[in-house]
Amino acid sequence: MPDEAPNDPKPSAEDSPAKGPGNPAREQEPAAQAASEPEARAAEVIERERRGPSGEPVRSVTFAERKRMNRRELLKLVPLIAVGAVAIPAFRQPILNQGLRFSDWTAGALFGRHRLAQTYSDREVAPFEKFPYNFYDVADPGVDLEKWTLTVSGLVQRPGDYKMDQIQAFPKVVQNTRHVCVEGWDVIGNFGGTRASDFLRWIGADPSARFLEVTCVDGYYESIDMATVLHPQTLFCYEMYGKPLDRGHGAPLRLQMPTKLGYKQAKYLDSIKVTNVLLSDMRGYWEDQGYSWYGGL
Amino acid sequence: MAATVAVVKQKPEETTTVVYEHPLVVRIAHWLNAVALLVMIGSGLRIFLAFPSFGPRIPQQNFFVLPPRPLTIGGWLGGALQWHFTFMWIFVGSGLLYVVYQIVTGHWRQVLFLPRDVKGLWPMARHYFLFSPKPVVDAAYNPLQKLAYTSTIFFGVVSTLTGIVMYKPAQFWWLAWPMGGYHFARSWHFFAMLGFVAFIPGHLLMVAIHGWNNFYSMITGWKREPEYLE
Repeated sequence: MPDEAPNDPKPSAEDSPAKGPGNPAREQEPAAQAASEPEARAAEVIERERRGPSGEPVRSVTFAERKRMNRRELLKLVPLIAVGAVAIPAFRQPILNQGLRFSDWTAGALFGRHRLAQTYSDREVAPFEKFPYNFYDVADPGVDLEKWTLTVSGLVQRPGDYKMDQIQAFPKVVQNTRHVCVEGWDVIGNFGGTRASDFLRWIGADPSARFLEVTCVDGYYESIDMATVLHPQTLFCYEMYGKPLDRGHGAPLRLQMPTKLGYKQAKYLDSIKVTNVLLSDMRGYWEDQGYSWYGGL
Repeated sequence: MAATVAVVKQKPEETTTVVYEHPLVVRIAHWLNAVALLVMIGSGLRIFLAFPSFGPRIPQQNFFVLPPRPLTIGGWLGGALQWHFTFMWIFVGSGLLYVVYQIVTGHWRQVLFLPRDVKGLWPMARHYFLFSPKPVVDAAYNPLQKLAYTSTIFFGVVSTLTGIVMYKPAQFWWLAWPMGGYHFARSWHFFAMLGFVAFIPGHLLMVAIHGWNNFYSMITGWKREPEYLE
């Protein structure tokens, strides 16, 4: 144990590793103090030529001074306790909501309006039988396909009810894209439909509107940011694997967005609404229970 | 070592040697990262439970052991994702803070495991696991420590990049390529987590062995009478 008088470094100090560059200003400071204040001299002295193995400052200090130094450094870490606020039930959900909102905001900022999701060759597409039905058993709403119309409202020049052949009047886009579930699985499928941007332009949707709200025959509902809605790969999808959508996959019309997670791809579309306002309890079926609203890929 | 108990016995006028071992930035990054890492692992395991598999969904081959629910955070998939997507910023932010600080200050030289450290691994491991005499180490960290600390940076980088690929595969599809494709991102993400899980017990054991004085230096930065000055 080194036990040196602060002003009188032993010759042995030269043996210790002195890798750090010498700092003359620092070395003289304690000496000057020592002349005027004998007590302070003992309190805080940087030892000459003595350094830790990586050049860290080495000091000889009294018990009181060491406590003071430790307390000073300890206090600097106190703001970190703020992270512990998530342990308090009343603060937890607001903090996590802010975290999710920040993640969603970042995702929206990173979204490339013209950046295409990967598309795949027919060989890579999963067989139709392997494309999972989610919730088909419990929630086939039994849509009357003959009488079905899509109700359009909100910030559009031509609101109203649109028949399927009006939606199918646009160039059909067919794409092999990856359908990704929030649970962690995914499947590459073949989808055909009308570009949402084509249809929205035709009905005179306000191009500066922020959201598209959709409701479904089975009570499901969703809202999508307009940048994604207008993305060239976003479809009002009426075909899978070259055949009209079957009831399990959302007949007659569903959303298909390869830049969004599966729960955003609403099935059994009933109405769409162009809007600038989202009600906090109408952001989406799963989103209102805690999933990310943006849900982007 | 024996000095651990001598704290209260020091008389007011006596002096003791202290070394400023851990700069403030390193301490902040360490503790933020420690908390974030535990949250990321706990919530990640809950997310994994929603689809405890690494391959395609059909046929789904569940992983041979499922993480026990009490070890998970979030309660359900949506809750776990909220924790994961909140603390990922703290995890990555504190990791970046540390790495950038080490580079800027040049401190990375103390801790980065380099090929020349390989030859020192076995003597150090023999000391720890077979109780052979401690090799002379003329550096801040011994080769085994360097390997452990450097590996955590590696796991951090792997878990972050694979996480980005899983989180935004449409925006960052090109990042999946070096991982062996989109599906492998999930596996590597899991392996990186296992790497952290392997690191933590060893790290905590060493902290416990080296006592309060050593532990306290990661809080205040100052270590009293370190053994290398004796």
